[in-house]
Amino acid sequence: MSKSKGWPLWEVFIRSKQGLNHKHVGSLRASDATMAIKNARDVYTRRAEGISIWVVPSNNITASDPNNEDSLFEPSQSKVYRHPTFYDVPDGISHM
Amino acid sequence: MMDVDIQDLEKKFQDKIDQDIKIEPNDWMPDAYRKTLIRQISQHAHSEVVGMLPEGNWITRAPNLRRKAVLLAKVQDEAGHGLYLYSAAETLGADREQTIDDLHSGKAKYSSIFNYPTLSWADMGAIGWLVDGAAIMNQVPLCRCSYGPYARAMIRVCKEESFHQRQGFEIMTKLASGTAEQKEMAQDALNRFWWPALMMFGPIDSDSSHTEQSMRWKIKRHTNDELRQMFVDVTVPQAESIGLTVPDQDIKWNKSKEGYDYGPIDWDEFWQVVGGNGPCNKERVDARRKAKEDGKWVVEAAMAFADKRNAKKTA
Amino acid sequence: MKEKQTLYKYLLRMGDDSLILGQRLSELCGHGPILEEDIALTNISLDLIGQATLLLEYAGELAPEKKTNDELAYLRIEKEYVNALLVEQPNGHFGDTIMRQFLFDAYRKPLLEKLLDSSDKRLAGIAEKALKETKYHLRHSSEWVIRLGDGTEESHNKIQNSLESLLRYAHELFFENEVDELLIAQGIVPSAKSIFPIWEKTLHAVFEEATLSLPKNNWKFQGGREGRHSEHMGYLLAEMQYMQRTYPNMEW
Ligand SMILES: [Fe+2]
Ligand SMILES: [Fe+2]
Ligand SMILES: [Fe+2]
Repeated sequence: MSKSKGWPLWEVFIRSKQGLNHKHVGSLRASDATMAIKNARDVYTRRAEGISIWVVPSNNITASDPNNEDSLFEPSQSKVYRHPTFYDVPDGISHM
Repeated sequence: MMDVDIQDLEKKFQDKIDQDIKIEPNDWMPDAYRKTLIRQISQHAHSEVVGMLPEGNWITRAPNLRRKAVLLAKVQDEAGHGLYLYSAAETLGADREQTIDDLHSGKAKYSSIFNYPTLSWADMGAIGWLVDGAAIMNQVPLCRCSYGPYARAMIRVCKEESFHQRQGFEIMTKLASGTAEQKEMAQDALNRFWWPALMMFGPIDSDSSHTEQSMRWKIKRHTNDELRQMFVDVTVPQAESIGLTVPDQDIKWNKSKEGYDYGPIDWDEFWQVVGGNGPCNKERVDARRKAKEDGKWVVEAAMAFADKRNAKKTA
Repeated sequence: MKEKQTLYKYLLRMGDDSLILGQRLSELCGHGPILEEDIALTNISLDLIGQATLLLEYAGELAPEKKTNDELAYLRIEKEYVNALLVEQPNGHFGDTIMRQFLFDAYRKPLLEKLLDSSDKRLAGIAEKALKETKYHLRHSSEWVIRLGDGTEESHNKIQNSLESLLRYAHELFFENEVDELLIAQGIVPSAKSIFPIWEKTLHAVFEEATLSLPKNNWKFQGGREGRHSEHMGYLLAEMQYMQRTYPNMEW
């Protein structure tokens, strides 16, 4: 059993359309890989956001260390949580 | 670490924030920043999940097939929002199950609005229109929040929220233009949800303990009163346009401030509900606790199964 | 004319199965054992309500007096509903919910597969859409049956009990009468008999992996297809029809 009281954590990567990379979209809990894929489909593609899903146990991801002297104050190089395309406010958000 | 180092780190941290550079999970951050975020994100996550209950109360009684499907999809989205947010909190080291247990033990808070009962179908309209509307008001600025995973979760959430408010307003519109009975139902729902919706923005600025620091850290972009004013300004004309009346005699357009004046909010009621004395506080937390307790054997079984299969694979 | 009426009756069965099972699952929204599963069950519920919408819409057009899908869904009396008894059974614990779903999905999937070849193009079209969803439902429910069956001792006993109590309702899914006869002859629907062995095969395969055993008691309840329901049905309808009955003739 993992140290957490619940199911292990998985990172989810989704390819939104042919020709694009899989992109990290978030995480979820699942007891095994099959369930993780299934849950990812339900949680992260409810609006047809993807055509392909990867799931990786979060504890199998090694991230680079932003505290290395040189890069100490650089933006994080962590592969896990980078979402460079995510910064503009989406369409359709106004008063309603 | 030495004090000087910490001071130095804090300064660099604040510089980054001032330059609108996002903070990511592995970056150095002040303890207080981490704690504030964990509290805010997990409260938000709890609100999404507890928020499923008042509307869930009407799914089985939705008046037609289309409404049933829409409401199901809407409430399901809220579960998704809860999940995105728990994920964001986990990047700060907040274990989801532990966070949830804090909700169940009463240690963690969630939005008070969900402690009000849903008494008629019109409440589905009022909640979508007012409660999701107020939530959007709160959340759109959070899409630019300084903490990367939170900002990204909020962008996903906000994209999905716009349909929530619209389906609620559609329900209200339909009722307001329906029979006398339906119109009365709609007005009654507006009467009950108006003030609690205004309270969703939190205490008035002078009583809000975290605002200043949170604004400096850019995990909050507007004060409670600013957001509340924005909400009143867009919502009052919406009510008028469908022939409903906001239950506040003091509502009046104020030309000089280019906004509506509104009457005093009953903050006693607000603090009572926050403190546990709302009409449904106990029911809401009990329902969530029961779901977890009833599901415990399921969670354990799935884990036991996975362990068995893994053992077989490695054997 | 006769053919239309007959197809109407058949569509009601399928539509009611979807509607009532979708209604049952919708009770769980917000109460699932874990957030991810809450979302999954709600997805299945949504799919089923969507299927009911299409099936009852088509049925309504063939009805003796034209009806909308909402009228059919909300304004019939209990004995006019022809869903199988299985789908109206209460949610019980998660194992009951999953077993009910599995027994149904294992029947629904081959039925829809065969309906792809229906000489009725509209029905074939509905089946095509529903099949995509149902394949996923069956995967979901069978995986859970296996997990629970081969999980802990507690989960094994629980799901074994679910099987004992629910299997008695499942055989009714293969009910046939003169409705089927006529539609089979026209190539509109497959015979339930042709689906049964596929269903059985799925059960055997999944139960073997789940280490579950088929109950010794093989009693077979039936009645739902002929409008004779269990005690649970009245409450389900009272809740589902509440708005339409309390506020008749209004739009929502
Ligand atoms: Fe939400
Ligand atoms: Fe929200
Ligand atoms: Fe929402």
